[in-house]
Amino acid sequence: MAKTDRQDIPSPIGENSPRIDAREKVTGAAIYADDIQFGNSLLHARIKRSPHPHALIKKIDTTKASALPGVKAVVTGEDFPGYIGLYLRDRYIFCRGRVRYVGDPVAGVAAISEEIAEKALELIEVEYEILEPVLDPEFGASPKAPLLHPDLGQYAVVNFIFPQAGTNISNHFKIRKGDVDSAWEKCAAIIERKYRIPQIQHVPIEPHVATAKVDETGEITLWVSSQSPFAQRNLIAESMGISQSKVRVIAPYVGGGFGSKAGVSMEALVVAIATKVKGHPVKLLLTREEEFYTAFVRQGLVAYFKMGCDENGRLLAMENKFYWDGGAYTEYGVNITRASGYSSSGPYEVPNVRTDSYCVYTNHPVTGPMRGFGMPEMHAGLEQCIDELALKIGMDAVEFRKLNCLKTGSTLVTGSKMHATGLSDCIKKTAEAINWGTKAPPSAPNKRRGKGLAIMWKAPAMPPNAGSSAWVELAEDGTVNVGVGGQELGQGVFTVMAQMAAGALGVPYESVRIATPVDTRYSPYEWQTVASRLTWSMGNAVANAAKDAKRQILDTVAEAWEETPEDLNIVNGVVISYKSEREIPLKNLVVYGLPKPGDQGWRGGPVVGRGKFMPAYVTGLDPETGQGERAVVHYTTGAQAVELEVDLDTGRIEIIKGVSTFDVGKAINPEMVKAQMEGGFVQGMSSALFEILQLKDGFVRNPSFVDYRIATSADTPRELQAYIVEVPQDDGPWGARGIGEHSMVPTIPAIANAIYDAVGVRLEGPPFTAEKVYLAMLDAGIVK
Amino acid sequence: MAFHKINVTINDDLEQVVVPSNMTLMHMLRESLALTGTKNGCSAGECGACTVLLNGEPVNSCMVLAVECDGAKIVTVEGLAGKKQLDPIQEAIVQEGGVQCGFCTPGILISSHALLKRNPNPSEDEIREALVGNLCRCTGYVRIIESVKVAARMQSVTT
Repeated sequence: MAKTDRQDIPSPIGENSPRIDAREKVTGAAIYADDIQFGNSLLHARIKRSPHPHALIKKIDTTKASALPGVKAVVTGEDFPGYIGLYLRDRYIFCRGRVRYVGDPVAGVAAISEEIAEKALELIEVEYEILEPVLDPEFGASPKAPLLHPDLGQYAVVNFIFPQAGTNISNHFKIRKGDVDSAWEKCAAIIERKYRIPQIQHVPIEPHVATAKVDETGEITLWVSSQSPFAQRNLIAESMGISQSKVRVIAPYVGGGFGSKAGVSMEALVVAIATKVKGHPVKLLLTREEEFYTAFVRQGLVAYFKMGCDENGRLLAMENKFYWDGGAYTEYGVNITRASGYSSSGPYEVPNVRTDSYCVYTNHPVTGPMRGFGMPEMHAGLEQCIDELALKIGMDAVEFRKLNCLKTGSTLVTGSKMHATGLSDCIKKTAEAINWGTKAPPSAPNKRRGKGLAIMWKAPAMPPNAGSSAWVELAEDGTVNVGVGGQELGQGVFTVMAQMAAGALGVPYESVRIATPVDTRYSPYEWQTVASRLTWSMGNAVANAAKDAKRQILDTVAEAWEETPEDLNIVNGVVISYKSEREIPLKNLVVYGLPKPGDQGWRGGPVVGRGKFMPAYVTGLDPETGQGERAVVHYTTGAQAVELEVDLDTGRIEIIKGVSTFDVGKAINPEMVKAQMEGGFVQGMSSALFEILQLKDGFVRNPSFVDYRIATSADTPRELQAYIVEVPQDDGPWGARGIGEHSMVPTIPAIANAIYDAVGVRLEGPPFTAEKVYLAMLDAGIVK
Repeated sequence: MAFHKINVTINDDLEQVVVPSNMTLMHMLRESLALTGTKNGCSAGECGACTVLLNGEPVNSCMVLAVECDGAKIVTVEGLAGKKQLDPIQEAIVQEGGVQCGFCTPGILISSHALLKRNPNPSEDEIREALVGNLCRCTGYVRIIESVKVAARMQSVTT
């Protein structure tokens, strides 16, 4: 066996290993939460929901519903007094005293069939006193608005979120950097703009589904489509006042999450209902209609930007105000406000910045995390302003970005220094790939062609100490079982974890399995599958666990061979000595150990490696200035560009070509990284061209696939290119950092900038539907 | 509620099933027969996750009543593969990376398989059109479209 340099990046890191879950997913064998068979004791739950955006509950009468044959339980908020929430506990499981959005859960029913449960809902009588709703975040933040959460000052909250008691502002994040007021005089060009980004929904193709069972001792089991089995265990236990050890969450494959299945939303409802029918599993499957407005939706945003540069195009100042439409409860969304605040300069070095980012309660659907966590919404406006400012000062938009963008060592908006970054390379590659600076003729005389580019940054937004853990154990035949608590949502994390375990341990990729499904009783702890943090954080835990297993194996062999572990290695599943050139395969020795010479006993034994990772270096930020030593763990950066055509007769936009380039530190599986970039681009494109939750007086008017359109196979661009830049992350496994969410962050402004390039119009916000584009062209006198 | 006894061939097995009048084919497959490869994404005939072959034609099984299928031949994702090997479209979608979360995959596979049966050499436009009723939120469709092209080439080599 050839000697290998132990410092090399080991196989299969950086290789396109086949997806570990592909075969079971193409044969129909893969199990999702709704596929688990529970037999005849299964009960079906349905939820009675508020028909009003804002009202007091005067009376609930469940007598008739309870009397309906087949109904096993009816519950209301009376039974569950505990608050629930991730960062700010501002929600009851079922409403108590007040409803705050159309769809707010008022009562729950468990029955022997969905039909009977549905019928029982009609028999529940609720008396409301209708209150004035808050339907706009700017109004909601004003003193004139009715108070939606009079108890805001009493809610439990983490120490980096700042609710303003006596208002509807559930978080106010501030940046005060440099001297903005005096910087304006030094500016040669200033742009001031307002943008409005609508609420949209994640639209996982698998709706939310959860089945809960409570046994006689009160132990809860929850089978659920979930990004957050451990967070759900924790939050449900805390809300119900029971031990975390009494809640077991089992989470099989997730049929798309995009943030909507993070934290807790509908899961607590079905657990609450199940407490009243002990021994019975109770299933709640959201209808597609419920999915659109009772699961999380993406926050709406009203954003004001002011930015200026000197005569050379160097950015001098920014002043930003963000009013986030947080909806009825902002237990999770408050951190989006914070993330957009500490990222509010965009990926630029700006010496003077003032930002006020407000999370505002409204009587709209509950908002929560969605792919990008505030960054697509914020960049949508910011990256258009950058184009406008470049134009005003007479610079090419790409040159302007190259001049101002963050480089390694740049001072960030929070005062700390940028880590190593390949953002400049991303801009260069993207511009080259879209042939920046050239203009192809349109495909027809009634069309206009344009190009646009936008850049981005995003950090994992999470508590400073979000942790990961993993174990690695081996079977008699030398195959490896890897325990993780993070979830496979489609992003490919199980494949990447298997690659990392194989690489760190020194075994073939094919001999690694992931211990699924994630089960909080057996799987190691993981905070949540969010923030594009798993490749980096859970990857470190898995690599550490594999290294721990390797150390145990090498110690045993070294002792047996009377060598030092430093002279040994594991290559392709075989322990080798660089010194004696002896070899021994892993099989058997990883369970039984090795015999001592002369039948004098044994050494070693079953190998179980363990590993963890928790960032220890994130510091707090000053609540008045947003300045601090290290706000986040790292930023992934990147760029996108599009070439499109606008149809002058209809306003319809066709994306001809899309280009994405991101600095992922190290691509563990390059093809899967590119697949994330493609999928993110199309989701971003869909949000730019089609998607909006049409809210009218607090009602969502388009909760179906007919009226809420997402991109189809007919809409996807003919040409989608993806490029990888690799400037390693100092604490990432083999230098890796995340990519899943970032890939839809710059898409809206790239498209908006291309529309401007094509026809010279800008819209207040997406979606850039044919109708809106046509009317804008009409207003501008481009068409008659 | 009236119940009906129906005979239906599912993935080459003849099954006798008792179904209520209002039961959809999707629910019969998933609940009565535990063939859960067919997915429920909207129950409204809009997302395509529940697509199966009904007498050779792709249909949204959430829009078909089970009782209508008396005497019919149904193919679900579980029946696509042969005894020893995957169908070319299954092979191709694995190879091209057209699977992510996998929830739309069964419907995508059935629609693509049906397309390749009636048109062994589809153009890019024909592929896009054939899949327009199968929503996918993960992949952006690029690798799915490529998979159908690759499957067409695999089939032309083997036939």
